[in-house]
Amino acid sequence: MPGLDDFTGQTPAWCPGCGNFSILRAFREAAVELGLEPHRFTIVSGIGQAAKFPHYLRCNTFNGLHGRTLPVATGIRLANHRMPVVAVAGDGDCYGEGGNHLIHAMRRNVNIKLFVHDNQIYGLTKGQASPTSMEGMKTKNQPFGVLSEQLNPLALAIALDCSFVARGSAGEPEHLKDLIKQAFRHKGFSLVDILQPCVTFNKVNTYAWYTRRTYHLEDDYFPMDRTAAFTKALEWGDRIPLGVIYRNDRPTYEQRFPVIQETSLVEKVFDPSKLEATLQEFY
Amino acid sequence: MDYTIRIGGEAGQGVQTVGDTLAKVFSRTGFHVFTHQDYESRVRGGHNYYQVRFSDRPVSAPRQGIDILIAFDNESILRYGGQVPDKGVAIYDSAALKQVFSGPALLDIPFSRLASEHAGSSIMANTVAVGAVMGIIGMELDILLAIIRETFASKGDEVVTANSNAALSGHLHAVKKCKRCDFTLARHSPARMLISGTEAIGLGTLASGCRFYAAYPMTPSTGIMNYLAGKETEYGIVVEQAEDEISAINMALGASYAGVRAMTGTSGGGFALMVEGLSLAGMTETPVVIALGQRPGPATGLPTRTEQGDLLFALFTAHGEFPRVIFAPGTPEQAFYLTNKAFDLAEKYQIPAIVIFDQYLGDTCWTYEGFDLKRLAHTDYRLRGEAFSRLDSYRRHALTDSGVSPLGVPGDAIHLVVTDSDEHDEDGHIIEDAATRNAMVEKRLKRKIPALTGEIAPPELTGPPDAGIVLVGWGSTFGIMREAVGALSAEHSIAMLHFSEVWPLPSTGSFDYLGMLKQAKKTLCIEQNATGQFARLFRSETGFKFTEQIHRYDGRPFTVEELTGEISARIG
Repeated sequence: MPGLDDFTGQTPAWCPGCGNFSILRAFREAAVELGLEPHRFTIVSGIGQAAKFPHYLRCNTFNGLHGRTLPVATGIRLANHRMPVVAVAGDGDCYGEGGNHLIHAMRRNVNIKLFVHDNQIYGLTKGQASPTSMEGMKTKNQPFGVLSEQLNPLALAIALDCSFVARGSAGEPEHLKDLIKQAFRHKGFSLVDILQPCVTFNKVNTYAWYTRRTYHLEDDYFPMDRTAAFTKALEWGDRIPLGVIYRNDRPTYEQRFPVIQETSLVEKVFDPSKLEATLQEFY
Repeated sequence: MDYTIRIGGEAGQGVQTVGDTLAKVFSRTGFHVFTHQDYESRVRGGHNYYQVRFSDRPVSAPRQGIDILIAFDNESILRYGGQVPDKGVAIYDSAALKQVFSGPALLDIPFSRLASEHAGSSIMANTVAVGAVMGIIGMELDILLAIIRETFASKGDEVVTANSNAALSGHLHAVKKCKRCDFTLARHSPARMLISGTEAIGLGTLASGCRFYAAYPMTPSTGIMNYLAGKETEYGIVVEQAEDEISAINMALGASYAGVRAMTGTSGGGFALMVEGLSLAGMTETPVVIALGQRPGPATGLPTRTEQGDLLFALFTAHGEFPRVIFAPGTPEQAFYLTNKAFDLAEKYQIPAIVIFDQYLGDTCWTYEGFDLKRLAHTDYRLRGEAFSRLDSYRRHALTDSGVSPLGVPGDAIHLVVTDSDEHDEDGHIIEDAATRNAMVEKRLKRKIPALTGEIAPPELTGPPDAGIVLVGWGSTFGIMREAVGALSAEHSIAMLHFSEVWPLPSTGSFDYLGMLKQAKKTLCIEQNATGQFARLFRSETGFKFTEQIHRYDGRPFTVEELTGEISARIG
């Protein structure tokens, strides 16, 4: 069985104290506990600090373009649905540049595990507002403060009947590890939004800011009631819920796509013998 | 014999169905057929036409003059009535058009009434019209009736019988009423294959073992997706309609990374959105085939019409430097083989391969005796299964003499397959150092070019190699130019060079086409764009400047007569 060392990649180039470190640690531990093997899953990432994630692990990796993780991940899943596929993105990457792809990936319910490192700020480009930055936050590029409504990824996901919607926190790595494992075990598109302090650029949403507000969902919370889940997803401010906010048992896109029911595309051997008959259709 | 039938009407009146049926009847009868379409960007109303030319000798372009006009709207008679010669026939239904037209060629046939009387419903009026055309040209109905049986078999015997009766009634009526129909048909030969440009690209895609096609609908590329979607189950391919073109190309890259042949298709505006993904294919060395159907721009332009305006866009677009191939088929046959070659080279060199066509080629149907499946390349260049797992080590972007690194299928071995849009090392991980950057540019770009150029076929020569006048073209103008050369060759020493593999430009090793051009007195580059994009590219690569350039950019294809006239004016 692979151990933590099997998931040790390059030395991270993140800032000291970055919330990404504890997410990386939680993911590695979850991978070991899930019995994953590095060559048997693929991480797709885009561009941003979070997108460097797969280089700091060891696994099959497609580190593509900013915002485009989910289309690449969808292509991989449709070509080879035996391959677990993880998408790692930041809030700018996934909720900004890739917003359209997120909407349609959730509609399709492709079995992709999406982990969004949500630090409510742009890190790589040095401190601009992101879609999840809170209204009023002043930055160099937003001198009047953020004027737009803050994006609520969980409410968006529930509105689209995303089949697994959860929030974790980099400040609670044990709880996060458990969410990652639950996401892996869920059959369907899974969004785990991870609150992640950016110690360099986000001076509002700090470790202390999150710690004062986050709480674990009550034991009797029932995540399969969509309306109640939507209400829960709207909670933000003084109290921020952590845990699996919503889940359903919708069949996955791969389960519903007739062509790949028996074998995955990558397993199919090309058979040119049908071509002669196909040519005849043009006569 | 060489006859042209034009079917005119509003969108939604069945113009295309009637045209398709006639084309099928003629190709199955063994005639050479050429069809093209002219339609507006609307679902109902407006005015469209479909033109079918058929002959006992090869035809490859639209001709001026209409022998038979089928008018489903008044507009058809007003616009084209004058193009029908006295010995031609223009058929229409005065009850449907609510107007009686007079003229030597006009023949009023009650399509709707005959359909109601003989088939039980006026819905089959178009079948009456097709039957009438058979009667006018003196063809028996056996082939049409067979096509009706095949077309409506799934709808039951009643529908087959009703449509057959409709065709019979139209045929009988025309034979009785057409006093001056003196069409002479040549002897029949074996049935020919009838195929359009987009179908040929779709067929070439199937025949290349493509497993994944993602696209966003956009004229004139949608026909490829339609064709492939109809073959999903039979061939086991996934056709995914993406939320946008950015997603479409990224999905194709994901599928290709995962180990299957993948493709996307679009038109200029959609391709503009894909450009970022094209660059990603270049950097990650992920094979992908892109069908690019040009239409007149800029922006939305004339969305259902034709232009060759995106050659330089396809060649120079995308940030950074990386190799690509661009094929520009001139016929459905070339489209079939070049789509296969695009898949082969994309995978062999791990590059994007673009098949550039246009609305005109996409929608035109040509006839052939057949396609030769033995000419297709079917090499699997991927490293998979045991061949992959028995390796001691693996590096996705290993530096090699050829520049081509092993393309492993993730999951088939314990080796990790890692790639990155950032500059990367041999393992696929992000780097910043200058030495690795230089090594990767050498590998990814420079080392691949010589072998890739060697794969490119020289232009196709029609006519004598020492001709005094040489026409040059690329892509969809092939057929029109070839007929123009035929028309002018009696009086002139004239030849043509057609480039269907446009990038990299072919070397002159096997055929010194540059020498041929240099010895000619007049060289004319003919393009369906305003600025002469190929001529500019050709000059920048070879230094050769054409003496004349002929451009058309109104969104309509040349007819043979128009092009011949234009060439004659230039060569004196």
